[in-house]
Amino acid sequence: MFDFKHDKVAILSLIVLLLIGGASLMAPWIAPYDPYDLSAIDIMDSEIPPVWDQAGDPRFLLGTDDQGRDLLSTMLYGTRISLMIGLGAVLLQALLGIAMGLLAGYFGGRLDTLLMRLADVQLSFSTLMLAIIVLALFQVAFGAALYGELALFMLILVIGIAEWPQYARTLRASVLAEKNLEYVDAARVMGYPAWRIMLRHILPNVASPLLVISTVQVANAIVSEAALSFLGLGMPAATPSLGSLMSSGFEYIFSGVWWITLIPSVLLIALILSINLLGDWLRDRLNPKRYQGT
Amino acid sequence: MALLEINHLEVRFASKTGDVRVLQDLCFQLEKGERVAIVGESGAGKSIAAFAILKLISRPGFIHRGEIVFEGQDIVPLSGRAMRHLRGNRISMIFQDPMTTLNPVLTIGTQMVESLHAHRSLSKKQARDIAIDKLQQVQIASPEKRFDQYPHEISGGMRQRIVIAIALLLNPSLIIADEPTTALDVTIQAQIMELLMTLCESQQCSLILISHDLGVVANTTHKTMVMYAGRIIEMGPTSAIIHDAQHPYTQGLIRALPASSQPGQRLNQIPGSMPSPQHLPSGCAFHPRCGEVLQACSHALPSCTYRLNGKHRVACHLFTPPLISSGNN
Repeated sequence: MFDFKHDKVAILSLIVLLLIGGASLMAPWIAPYDPYDLSAIDIMDSEIPPVWDQAGDPRFLLGTDDQGRDLLSTMLYGTRISLMIGLGAVLLQALLGIAMGLLAGYFGGRLDTLLMRLADVQLSFSTLMLAIIVLALFQVAFGAALYGELALFMLILVIGIAEWPQYARTLRASVLAEKNLEYVDAARVMGYPAWRIMLRHILPNVASPLLVISTVQVANAIVSEAALSFLGLGMPAATPSLGSLMSSGFEYIFSGVWWITLIPSVLLIALILSINLLGDWLRDRLNPKRYQGT
Repeated sequence: MALLEINHLEVRFASKTGDVRVLQDLCFQLEKGERVAIVGESGAGKSIAAFAILKLISRPGFIHRGEIVFEGQDIVPLSGRAMRHLRGNRISMIFQDPMTTLNPVLTIGTQMVESLHAHRSLSKKQARDIAIDKLQQVQIASPEKRFDQYPHEISGGMRQRIVIAIALLLNPSLIIADEPTTALDVTIQAQIMELLMTLCESQQCSLILISHDLGVVANTTHKTMVMYAGRIIEMGPTSAIIHDAQHPYTQGLIRALPASSQPGQRLNQIPGSMPSPQHLPSGCAFHPRCGEVLQACSHALPSCTYRLNGKHRVACHLFTPPLISSGNN
């Protein structure tokens, strides 16, 4: 951790990430309003600009959206949803990908070929395309009401399943290199079952590339969710994520109502950038070839 | 009854152009407490033989035929589960490089306790006590401290001691040591071999020592087998192999030892190199490199049953009884 203190970009990224993460986590306590409480929303308050604008209202620091919800509160709650989807989807990707990658790399042969071709097929569909098809079909089949309730889980599921090959491929490559080392032979000679050798002996030794992909994948998942929400296939307007908030503001952007879209966008960019920069730092730090040591 | 009896073991590697035989007609017996050496050049099939005994030959290799009778039971047809019960428990193995044999992310203690738990139901405390006791037996100072250390905190010689401690942890009846001292420096080699020998003796444990160093073999083993191109070409008591080698290949190996050359003289060597198992020469695989080649060598395979005296056997046409050879021709 020594060179972390000397890397200003990494420190700044971590501070930004902690601020955004902490604030969104504590949204129910620190947000000035509850955006989910319909009785507290007054449609007369809609589209009030931020306080520094002449038409601003001191009650709403960053203005209000098209339904009269306080933008700051809605953003805090929305970031929480975005982060939840990002982390949830990555957790699912990691579970699937790690299982597939370990099996393919360790056992090799036909199983390897089968799983990796499956990964190729999966990768040939772009995440967005797959998500649009699945989510649109779900909405048509089960109705928007049910979709509204299950949107969070559906997004985690779709983004999670669509991106598992990233983990599987990286892990397979690392396992292929690792399984020829003598400690794996030694573990086999000790009579350990295959699952134990994979999970307890190989997996911890290949953890660093996984950690690096995880940061990139969290950022990717949040962006995917934002893109889907912007297209109207993500979180419903009643419980908006950052993406759906941007989308709802976009309809009014040409009438001068810029803040509903722009402020959540800036937050999203800050969030993604800080995660990616931290991931870069982690990659450099965990790569013995690039880490010079000071 | 012999502890281990191997009969006509043949290991093949499947390839697109047909199976390649890497180990052929391996036959030997190992008594309880006996130490045998397998020597030969790189690629002779020594390590394959070791992994075959544990049935750990990875694809595309497979045991084509033969018997491996361990403690009275043929283990070739055994299931994976039954084999796992034997591995580490009844038969264990020591590898060449102690730097890579231990898992870098687990402490010494964790790795020792794990192998104990894999085969015995013990409490954590009991397992720890056994592990520390074994560390003491391999003469590691302050074993309690080493128990909680990671492999990278420990020197190479000490790591190999730890590997030996792990191999002996479950009191196996057979240890296979695959060049256990090759990666260590010379001063430590002797200590490690000495330690391994004493421990095997005190625990009545048999040892198969794989080595290309005849010097190491000479002082530690009862029997020696010389392998060439996947076959045993000469076997017998170690002293007979060292002092009275019969096969031209074994003689060449012994002449190649620096000790048998005069100072200032060029070191002896066997001309040529080990043939690849895909393109074995016809007849005796050694005949293209042999200085005493006969007519029969290039077309007939010498069998390993030519008895010299007592237990010393050699597979070479030079020793074919004249009657049989004239009868065949």
